[in-house]
Amino acid sequence: MRNDVLILGGGVGGTIVANLVSKEVGDRARVTLVDATGTHVYQPGFLYVAVGKEKPEALRRPESSLIRDEVKLVVDEATLIDPKAQKVILKTGRTMRYDELLIATGSRTALAEVPGGAGAHDFYTMDGALRLHRALDEFVAGTIVIGVAGIPYKCPPAPVEFAFLLDDYLRARHIRERCQVKLLSPLNRAFTIETTSKLVQPILAERGIELTGFFNVESVDPIAKTVTSLEGETVDYDLLVLVPPHRGQKVIEASRLGDERGWIPVDKNTLKHTQFDHVWAIGDATNIPISKSGSVAHYEATIAAAEIAAAVKGEAPPAHVYDGKVMCFLETGHGQATTIRFDYDHPPVSPAPSAFWHWAKALFNKSYWHTVPQGRL
Amino acid sequence: MSTVQITKSIDARGMACPGPLMNLIGAIRHGQVGDVFEVLSSDAGSKTDIPAWVAKAKHELVEVREEDGFARFIVRKAR
Repeated sequence: MRNDVLILGGGVGGTIVANLVSKEVGDRARVTLVDATGTHVYQPGFLYVAVGKEKPEALRRPESSLIRDEVKLVVDEATLIDPKAQKVILKTGRTMRYDELLIATGSRTALAEVPGGAGAHDFYTMDGALRLHRALDEFVAGTIVIGVAGIPYKCPPAPVEFAFLLDDYLRARHIRERCQVKLLSPLNRAFTIETTSKLVQPILAERGIELTGFFNVESVDPIAKTVTSLEGETVDYDLLVLVPPHRGQKVIEASRLGDERGWIPVDKNTLKHTQFDHVWAIGDATNIPISKSGSVAHYEATIAAAEIAAAVKGEAPPAHVYDGKVMCFLETGHGQATTIRFDYDHPPVSPAPSAFWHWAKALFNKSYWHTVPQGRL
Repeated sequence: MSTVQITKSIDARGMACPGPLMNLIGAIRHGQVGDVFEVLSSDAGSKTDIPAWVAKAKHELVEVREEDGFARFIVRKAR
């Protein structure tokens, strides 16, 4: 009898797992991928859309073009997961039974949770990035404030990268001297990782980007144009860019599979749900204390795929587990970048920013479509 | 032994810096004034990060206690 492997979410993680499991198990299982839109979006590109360096169409492809012929794509949205009955209910009312389930539904942003923050700009959705780009194009002078309104959020380097790319953008328009750029950090340094902070802080100072530490955005007054922190400080702005609070998807909350923010508890090595058998989760959707990023989903996907393939074949789980590996780039402006590589046991030591890493990032972004979703990298 | 009534305990042992502090900030963000949070952290960075943030945010650091292989921070949400 053939097994049913069901994958929820056609982002980087879900797509890799669908392709790798299908390749590994062949006819032993039907692999079905459920995605709400049927369009694969390369989210790291939003940052570049915001500063006018990337077109939205370059960041979107039909999911069907990225999966093996043997993987069945269902364009629908999961609304309820019943792990005891091993079935998932979709928005259209269809019920899908599974033998093995992978949840790769990612996270969602919740700017409305910030009092007064609904009108703030962000670069965490395509619409947000396009709206921010229009606002920046009209901006000629004043103070641009970048703040963080909730932890965890996707792509920890993003606020720092945005500050650097914004600085480049304002210089290219010859209005930098009329603009102030302020970066409000939740910690008493620029970035979560201390060694990387030590590397980027002098560059922030050199570019005239003002850093304020221990500023966790709590509320916004859009009339007075001020932003106030949990720590009790208030800063004025002319244009406010917020990293929105993030939470798990509604289906996780509705199915009571996650914690109070909808993050799914999984074993940090095997990626199996801590409570239910036959359920794995990867990427942003989990509660693992590690970055929410495409890189994490990418590395986790190969592990989850091997676990699921072994379960389908009735074999023992693979010995190789997820070790917390993360590798991402951090743009530092002026055509340079550095990298951040680490795992659960080894903190990162970022190399000095250089043009090499900037071009490596650009190359990765372009080659993504032909390498990552297929599990080739 | 502390006699303070703990509202929520955050076991952040094994999490690398700044995970324990970020978890505390999240708990305080969603908590009520007067709530007491306990954070267990095995990360050396917490010993400077947590007291520094609590002072900056004007909450109360009730106690820091060294345990076997980790530290216990007790913080009261003061405002």
